[in-house]
Amino acid sequence: MAAAARLFLRGIHSKCSVSGVSTVPRTSFGPRLLKLSPSCDPYTKAQRRHAAHFTFQPDLVPTQYGPTQKMNLFQSITSALDNTLSSDPTAVIFGEDVAFGGVFRCTVGLRDKYGKDRVFNTPLCEQGIVGFGIGVAVAGATAIAEIQFADYIYPAFDQIVNEAAKYRYRSGNLFDCGKLTIRAPWGCVGHGSLYHSQSPEAFFAHCPGIKVVVPRSPVQAKGLLLSCIADNNPCIFFEPKILYRAAVEQVPTEHYTITLSQAEVVEEGSDVTLIAWGTQVHVMKEVAQMAQEKLGVSCEVIDLRTILPWDVETVCKSVVKTGRLLISHEAPITGGFAAEISSTIQGHGGAGAYPSCHRAGGGVHPELVTSQSQFGKS
Amino acid sequence: MAAIVSSVSPASKMFRTCFHAACGAAALNASRLPQHRAFRLNAMHRQQPFDSTLEKPQFPGASAEFVDQLEFIEPNVISGIPVYRVMDRQGNIINPSQDPQLPKDTVLNFYQKMTLLNTMDRILYESQRQGRISFYMTNYGEEGTHIGSAAALEPNDMVFGQYREAGVLMYRGFPLDSFMAQCYANTDDLGKGRQMPVHYGSRDLNFVTISSPLATQIPQAVGAAYAIKRENINRAVICYFGEGAASEGDAHAGFNFSATLECPLIFFCRNNGYAISTPTNEQYRGDGIAARGPGYGMLSIRVDGNDVFAVYNVTKEARRRAVAENQPFLIEAMTYRLTKLVTQKNWYLKSSFPIDMNGKAMDVSFNQRNVLH
Repeated sequence: MAAAARLFLRGIHSKCSVSGVSTVPRTSFGPRLLKLSPSCDPYTKAQRRHAAHFTFQPDLVPTQYGPTQKMNLFQSITSALDNTLSSDPTAVIFGEDVAFGGVFRCTVGLRDKYGKDRVFNTPLCEQGIVGFGIGVAVAGATAIAEIQFADYIYPAFDQIVNEAAKYRYRSGNLFDCGKLTIRAPWGCVGHGSLYHSQSPEAFFAHCPGIKVVVPRSPVQAKGLLLSCIADNNPCIFFEPKILYRAAVEQVPTEHYTITLSQAEVVEEGSDVTLIAWGTQVHVMKEVAQMAQEKLGVSCEVIDLRTILPWDVETVCKSVVKTGRLLISHEAPITGGFAAEISSTIQGHGGAGAYPSCHRAGGGVHPELVTSQSQFGKS
Repeated sequence: MAAIVSSVSPASKMFRTCFHAACGAAALNASRLPQHRAFRLNAMHRQQPFDSTLEKPQFPGASAEFVDQLEFIEPNVISGIPVYRVMDRQGNIINPSQDPQLPKDTVLNFYQKMTLLNTMDRILYESQRQGRISFYMTNYGEEGTHIGSAAALEPNDMVFGQYREAGVLMYRGFPLDSFMAQCYANTDDLGKGRQMPVHYGSRDLNFVTISSPLATQIPQAVGAAYAIKRENINRAVICYFGEGAASEGDAHAGFNFSATLECPLIFFCRNNGYAISTPTNEQYRGDGIAARGPGYGMLSIRVDGNDVFAVYNVTKEARRRAVAENQPFLIEAMTYRLTKLVTQKNWYLKSSFPIDMNGKAMDVSFNQRNVLH
């Protein structure tokens, strides 16, 4: 996004780490070339509304997982759930409106194929959905709970943090809910406003005992979701909703997994490390391309993939190489997950003396429709 | 309160009827195994088919008649849901058809477990006061709810408790050493010394480890029951909670889910009149917890929690039907909390002193003489 680009350009040419970079109002996804400003204060210039520009960048067709089929993100999720229901007779999928296929069409066809007892609606109650899911998992069945929007996951926060995350530890491993996976649409979509755009991964990053995963593409989503389902810990899987239809790739039809807690270097570079997850990975790829073309700067782009537990080693290795780090996320910057990465990397001796770490994130205010770009308009 | 308390100690009342119980008589529905139950996919509530020619409401949300008189429904139209009991306050069986006719050994075991629980409570309570353990909650007054319900379940039924169900675990055979180990958080604790005292758990005895947040176990019990229903075996789930915890949102969630998803489980509410210092008239305004069941489409009953035979009968029948019909049951066991709730807080309630232990001891020795010969 523009904020990322501005920070990036400023950072490249400054010697010192800019601490306490102020929150930058969320403006747009799109990259924009700005003149270098000697001042570090982002409020000196009037903020102009930027044109919408977001391009999903598909990966190369994977060859190691068998035959592939063209799928968008929601279809890749359906495929993962289909594989799961077919191979695991205990698996059940539940949540609001999943029976007819889900508000984002992720569960289309599954009820007809596998039965009403396996794909079913629950009453409208997130704390009930997650509590119920924990119980299913404790009884030994695979539970895949859907929360309709990540913005509505908070009523389930107690069940997730106080119960799911602590089940195994507090019982001395007598009981656990490792077979629970919670899925939720996540992130900005252009018109979602305050309550259909949130990225709450940072709230859950603070909770040992669960895993938090965010894919960037259909191929990644299916593999990561299948890993979450197989993982012996309760997992939260956030699906970038803007990618549900916009992201199309050739996705393997068979079952495959992608290792959790392993970040991926999606583009190698030498001058600066850019970290993001979910939708922002594609923005960072554009920024990297821009930087190469306009400034001759080589960027290493890393998709974190798993937020908790996150892959410190890969990030460290990269920052040792480049000496500069920029982390970008849609969520508000204060206490956002970039703060965790930034302070960990700065604390690591191996990353070299005082690596330059910057964060670009959402503003102090929640998402407003007027300040979000309208997807599709340019 | 004190006057009522002295005559309803579950142990003494039950024991008075010891010599009424005939040996060897078949217990009420005890040994009949449920048939292989059909998984009722079609049992989902179907909305009434619309017929616009009828002068009848045609709403998908509810089916009823029209009425042209404006009248609000009174919350307690009758004077509360009645309390089912088997014994009177002197311990005599009122209606012989309700006598579970349990074998003498079983009844003796009830008594032994209740007094053992009471004794363990006294020792561990004293331990806390002496600073040996950090925290303790006694079960005084509620032993009947634990033993009566535990006896009515099968050993492989899953138990989700709140924190005052030690008698259930004791009835199932959890060793005293294990109770102590958990409270003392020593290396013998199955939970590896990670939680405060009374947070027991046992995988072998199908007793899910207790957690401190209240009512969180309620929707979890529903989920477990759903998974068990899919296994199509003779297994049920019971979920214990207090009347205070029933105010939590999780309780509402659990009740609603259990009814809509048709789960074979028993909700067992111990209504002891207080949630720490909060009396029931500050906890709810309706007719207790049992009155909420019909609101969720659940079969419900209120029972005298001090009457161990009544608790046994109710739990037994609820379990039988829950498994056979795949639906939840709500049991509200009325009882008293006969001591201060927790040891760390100095909540002294004048009306909740412990039972007169001397009176109970005399009853015990008198009845023991009668039983032994």
